[in-house]
Amino acid sequence: MAGLNGFDKRVRHERRWRTGDRLDDRNRPSRALLVALLLGCLTLITLDYRGGSDSPVEPARRAVGEVLGPVEAGVTTAVRPFTAVPDWVRSRSELRNDLAALQAENSRLRGEAATSSYDRNRLEEFDGLTAAAEALGYALVPARVVGLGPSQSFSRTATIDAGTDAGIRPDMTVMNNDGLVGRVLRVTRSTATVLLVVDGESVVGGRVGESMDLGFLHGRGILGEEGRLDLELVDDSVVPNKDDTVVTWGSESGAPYVTGIPVGRVTSVFSSVRETTQHAVIDPYVDFGSLDLVGVVVPSGTTSDRAVVEADGSLQ
Amino acid sequence: MFRALAAALAVGLALVLQVSVFPHLAWQGIVPNLCLLVVVGAALTRGPQFAAVLGFTAGVLLDLAPPADHVAGRWALALVVVGYVAGRVRQDVRPTATAVVVTVAASSFVGTSIFALSGLLLRDPVLSVPDLLQVILVAVLWDILLTPFVLPLVMRMFHRLQPARATA
Repeated sequence: MAGLNGFDKRVRHERRWRTGDRLDDRNRPSRALLVALLLGCLTLITLDYRGGSDSPVEPARRAVGEVLGPVEAGVTTAVRPFTAVPDWVRSRSELRNDLAALQAENSRLRGEAATSSYDRNRLEEFDGLTAAAEALGYALVPARVVGLGPSQSFSRTATIDAGTDAGIRPDMTVMNNDGLVGRVLRVTRSTATVLLVVDGESVVGGRVGESMDLGFLHGRGILGEEGRLDLELVDDSVVPNKDDTVVTWGSESGAPYVTGIPVGRVTSVFSSVRETTQHAVIDPYVDFGSLDLVGVVVPSGTTSDRAVVEADGSLQ
Repeated sequence: MFRALAAALAVGLALVLQVSVFPHLAWQGIVPNLCLLVVVGAALTRGPQFAAVLGFTAGVLLDLAPPADHVAGRWALALVVVGYVAGRVRQDVRPTATAVVVTVAASSFVGTSIFALSGLLLRDPVLSVPDLLQVILVAVLWDILLTPFVLPLVMRMFHRLQPARATA
């Protein structure tokens, strides 16, 4: 028995040795194959690395891309409905928070959009004011119209938000980038009252057209579309032409009106046999219904609580 | 011929899934390396020779397919080594689940590390070494997670496609 056992062991040992032999046979070709494959990889790496942007691998990349690209696109299209599934599972509180945030942003943006056209107009007016100051050569203090006197009081006045702190004094000319607005009647620390030229009591000396004929502009007291001025010419032999420009004549030492501010244009001329003068109807350049930004003509170099637009257009 | 085509198809499918579907489930951009899993499955059923060739093919495909942009041949190198090393583990009996998971973990670690090292040598990526280590470890975890789903299918397929061989 023992002998047989020993014999069995030897046979088994030989068998194991033989299978080991077979594995060894399989190892060698596979090792050669492995070496070949590794060399292939290294060659590929070297080719692509040294080639850079015009490596010989690029056409192969292109070809594989042409084949696999549509496949990738197709798979993504097929999968897309399912990628949205996680979004279906959201809690109500999350949705409510999202809704509240979006509503807040919406109202903020709506407010911004509503004021954006107003802001644009303000910017244009400021630009116009600096241009007017540059054109006319006067220093201006910018101010905004904050109140208009009601029509029931039969006087056309406006309140502006600049006062003595801004360097305003009574009897200063008020204009905007369209033309003459009026003059300052009285001031407080931070506001001033302006008499508009369309007021019935306003008299402005003016010059008409190229001939520079003198006349007096009286307001009619009606605001808005019908705001017109009556120009009484001193010399009745001169007939002004239609669409002639009327500019201010100016007063002594510039109070209350400075020279050269455009007021309006001639629309029609009347003359009557009874009166010795003829008068023309002037359509003012300024739209008194939408007064917003105005400038008060101040002596150059005035100290003010705000930036003063100097005669050369710069801000002091 | 048919077997080669089936293997190529399996690799192609793995590649497309890896590039198009799994990015939706990616963590910090790291997806499971399905091609590597296919190669390991082939290695566990068919041996180092077949797996090395399959690894080379899969690696070249990974390098050339869009949107890959790195130096071609890096994944080929990594997957050849992975295929050979995993193939050495192959036994004549069906491997146990633990053996499979351990093989996958080791192969994933080796494969991604070789890829990262070749990148460092060629100065391709701009990641620092700690980031690289993090990426490698997360990739290993992803591959282990996907093992129960992918490997049984792959191994069964390669087992079926095995040429009839006289067993010892």
